[in-house]
Amino acid sequence: MYVIIIGAGKVGLNLGRELRAKGHEVTLVESDPSRFAAVEEEFEHQAQYGDGSELWVMERAGVERCEMLIAVTGDDEDNMLICQVAREKYGVERIISRCNNPRNLQHFELLGVKPAVSATDLILRLIEHEVPKYGLVHLLDLPQERLEIIEIEIQEGSFADGKEVQGLGLPDGSLVIAILRDGTGFVPLADSVVEAGDELLLVLDTGLEEKITQRLGGPRNEPPEAQAA
Amino acid sequence: MIAKGHDVSVLDEDPEAIALLERGLDRPWEDHGGQFTVGTALEMDALLAAGIENADAFVAATDGDNTNLVIAQIAKRRFDIEKVVVRVLDPMRAQWYEDQGLSTVCPTQKAIEMLQAAVGEAVDSVEAA
Repeated sequence: MYVIIIGAGKVGLNLGRELRAKGHEVTLVESDPSRFAAVEEEFEHQAQYGDGSELWVMERAGVERCEMLIAVTGDDEDNMLICQVAREKYGVERIISRCNNPRNLQHFELLGVKPAVSATDLILRLIEHEVPKYGLVHLLDLPQERLEIIEIEIQEGSFADGKEVQGLGLPDGSLVIAILRDGTGFVPLADSVVEAGDELLLVLDTGLEEKITQRLGGPRNEPPEAQAA
Repeated sequence: MIAKGHDVSVLDEDPEAIALLERGLDRPWEDHGGQFTVGTALEMDALLAAGIENADAFVAATDGDNTNLVIAQIAKRRFDIEKVVVRVLDPMRAQWYEDQGLSTVCPTQKAIEMLQAAVGEAVDSVEAA
């Protein structure tokens, strides 16, 4: 695959190294002269000097034939416009942008630049994973496919505690794909019983998340005797 | 614009920039009905404080082409402002965004044209002599 990376800071440089090691053809574009000199030492003809948001610099880097363009400069406006132009003018199908300030994510979206990767957001996700709030963690969002994968912890005494998977009454468009218990995981059957402390992985249509947390985390709607029997 | 009786709101990251606006004015900028907001253009809060929601026209003229092109598109797409004008120094991008429906003003292109005209006149007069 031919990949253009715009911005050869720490992120761009390491991406370039990794992709090159995996056998991809890479061009790194850097606008800071001293940084460019260092990058050129390592990447030789695969490094180009210039402002990657200028059309002629993109064209010189071969934007018309690239299969992926990654904009990872430290400047969100630059990343947005580089990706917008790459997609709309040059028809690059796969673009990835770095979003430095998560408050700018809405602008990336407005200009149709996705995915925009925000390191701050990623770290927040990790924190959420380590210290889950309401026992729910977003593992993966696939906005284009309108799907997400979440992890939810089953609380003791909640509706789901002690129920078979088929008896959870989950809404259409959601599916339990794995149960994590005592450090291992398994793919459940319809009659697998969910226990308190389990972590359930679910794939679901975007927007169902609240319904599901309410359902699984809600109070038991049967008397305890029925549960025991 | 303010002299022509329009309500003008200026957003700038430099709090001292209002001094420039007031040069040549007999009274303070705000007494003329002007508004001045300190903030960066990409911050939604700053744009809202400057009154973007009620604007009939929007001019993006910071010293950064990319900033201008982004905020102009925000003004157009998110706030549905009909008249949006963008200053773009780079002639190639100015042309492309113009083709995409933004009103761009490219000082570089204007300067090229003026210089060409001036050189042309000089050459003509040499040839005529």
